[in-house]
Amino acid sequence: MAALTREESAALIAEVLEVYPEKAKKDRAKHLMVNDTTLESSKKCITSNRKSLPGVMTMRGCAYAGSKGVVWGPIKDIISISHGPIGCGQYARAGRRNYYVGTTGADAFCEMNFTSDFQERDIVFGGDKKLAKLIEEIEILFPLNKGISVQSECPIGLIGDDIEAVSKKAAAQIGKPVVPVRCEGFRGVSQSLGHHIANDSVRDWILSNRDGQAFETTPYDVAILGDYNIGGDAWASRILLEEMGLRVVAQWSGDGTLAEMENTPNVKLNLLHCYRSMNYISRHMEEKYGIPWMEYNFFGPTKIKESLRKIASFFDDKIKAGAEAVIEKYTPMMDEVIAKYKPRLEGKKVMLYVGGLRPRHVVGAYEDLGMEVVGTGYEFAHNDDYDRTIKEMGDATLIYDDVTGYEFEEFVKACKPDLIGSGIKEKYVFHKMGIPFRQLHSWDYSGPYHGCDGFAIFAKDMDLTLNNPCWNMMKAPWDKAAVAAEQKAA
Amino acid sequence: MAKLRQCAIYGKGGIGKSTTTQNLVAALAESGKKVMIVGCDPKADSTRLILHSKAQTTVMHLAAEAGSVEDLELEDVLSVGFGGVKCVESGGPEPGVGCAGRGVITAINFLEEEGAYDEDLDFVFYDVLGDVVCGGFAMPIRENKAQEIYIVCSGEMMAMYAANNIAKGIVKYANSGGVRLAGLICNSRNTDREDELIMALASRLGTTMIHFVPRNNVVQHAEIRRMTCVEYDPAHKQSDEYRALASKIVNNTNFVIPTPVEMEELEELLMEFGIMEAEDESIVGKTAAELAA
Repeated sequence: MAALTREESAALIAEVLEVYPEKAKKDRAKHLMVNDTTLESSKKCITSNRKSLPGVMTMRGCAYAGSKGVVWGPIKDIISISHGPIGCGQYARAGRRNYYVGTTGADAFCEMNFTSDFQERDIVFGGDKKLAKLIEEIEILFPLNKGISVQSECPIGLIGDDIEAVSKKAAAQIGKPVVPVRCEGFRGVSQSLGHHIANDSVRDWILSNRDGQAFETTPYDVAILGDYNIGGDAWASRILLEEMGLRVVAQWSGDGTLAEMENTPNVKLNLLHCYRSMNYISRHMEEKYGIPWMEYNFFGPTKIKESLRKIASFFDDKIKAGAEAVIEKYTPMMDEVIAKYKPRLEGKKVMLYVGGLRPRHVVGAYEDLGMEVVGTGYEFAHNDDYDRTIKEMGDATLIYDDVTGYEFEEFVKACKPDLIGSGIKEKYVFHKMGIPFRQLHSWDYSGPYHGCDGFAIFAKDMDLTLNNPCWNMMKAPWDKAAVAAEQKAA
Repeated sequence: MAKLRQCAIYGKGGIGKSTTTQNLVAALAESGKKVMIVGCDPKADSTRLILHSKAQTTVMHLAAEAGSVEDLELEDVLSVGFGGVKCVESGGPEPGVGCAGRGVITAINFLEEEGAYDEDLDFVFYDVLGDVVCGGFAMPIRENKAQEIYIVCSGEMMAMYAANNIAKGIVKYANSGGVRLAGLICNSRNTDREDELIMALASRLGTTMIHFVPRNNVVQHAEIRRMTCVEYDPAHKQSDEYRALASKIVNNTNFVIPTPVEMEELEELLMEFGIMEAEDESIVGKTAAELAA
């Protein structure tokens, strides 16, 4: 069945909005659009980065999630303290699958939960002393840490603890960076502000630490920004960059280290995968150090080829030739993957609802497999993300911002996708509706999906999910018989 | 047993809330009433005259030592002083850190959960920090807590501003719960026509000046000895003033939702009594040099 026409999509949105009270309808209408690939700007069609409506099921996180979970958490040799009551740190621990090389608890700490475990008395009397003690203890118990970040949970901002003063003092004592991060969860409308706050704290406390120090550069130094190495994504990306002749100086922040981040001002080009979470620091480095940055996309062979050539265009002929050699090397492998899986996936429809990058970045990978993305949306995007999405999506497809549980379900019922890619909260709703589903935040415990190695896994996973025999067993045998009988009678 | 009456004392910082409250409570106790004082101020100076102590060990400090407030028993935090008056201080942080408001909330919740109010009490008095700066300091006037608010004030401009602001706060909680303004207590500073002024303010707020407590040095003499005037010199005429206040409160039935006034109206009142001069718009924003020119 073909995707919806422009009129059908518009009618569907109108129909879905119909159940809302007037005020909610007016508000939500601004967050839903029918894609028009001729547009250059999303401004007139969609509103984003606004406060979620009370009463709707939103998939968003908070500023703390954006800072601790996304930007700071994956720096493996820095210990990030969840400063406040225990839940924020404990329930967000190790959930993002940012892989790293190292010995957890010795020189790497991503999967551990460090928290000041606030009690009533810490609220009343303040937590500064406890924080100072905690940093002292960390230094004794985990001496191989390269630095500490203090991730503020909500109460810190309410009681006015002076984490900056504690951090400064502690940094002088232990001789390592101690970074206070004001990412209290109530700030902003989603995790997005947390990314920004985290970027700013990296800028203020980390980025210029090694300015003026000697660093042996090459003309081919690059940094990977915004690849969180989920299921090993950054590793699968790094291979391609290195094979084309580039030297990857830093990975921000998946499997990244403090030293890598401090050395990043020496690179020639910043390669930005997740624009939403790391554009701020990229712009800053461009302004302060004159380092250009470019967005790239390593999902699926088409986008990989495009990106490799675009990256190479910043360098000399050696790198350009290197890019071509990499493309040539991997094309047969990619063709093989496509030859194997495309026949099993061709013509299937996909709907997406993910975070800040994947709703547009994975579209090409699905298209490489002959699949069509008929609807996509972001939890916490801004309009610059939607500007970039318009061109990636087919004309007249659905685009939804901060979609509500109800809207998403109704869109799915109408569009009848063969596969949905979204998060853990959505997963079981659609499983119960009998629709194949992939968790596209953590790759459903699989991955990597970036790069050529990742594409092979991506294709296999989509096939395993979509063509799994279980979907034919959603109905009990007696119900099936009844349906068959009815059809026969008709 | 008569129904427990819960009263909260508010007023500008330094106006004499704690001293007035303790003298009033001492007079109530003297007349046979069973009374408890709950100090809701991190300074913890609401019970020292009753207990003859420097500062009572507070709920929050004991909780911090024990680990959490759940580790405390009622008898750990409750001290008994003059006339069998039960005393509790909520306590809180040093100035500039933590959250004093949360300390008040925690302490009052603890007292309720531990059944501190179920005893054979006639009165509970909450002596609250001068300004209702956040929800924590409004805790004593929330539903099922203090129903009567007394505002201590004097015939000074800032004290009256504060009284009016407190009345605004009471309106908010009066509409959602049962709290009422029960009167102004004038703690005299010996300003001119002070009683008339406070009576005028009281009538604008829809209440009365329940008592005019004259200024007398014996209060300070008693305080130096960490005693209430009522205990230190029961025969002194000042002690009779506190007894009069106590008996007026016992018999008080005039509980109202206050009608706070606009700033202009308050200023007019102050001008009428010569406390404030009419504003001269021509000098606003002018430096000394400009005015001299």
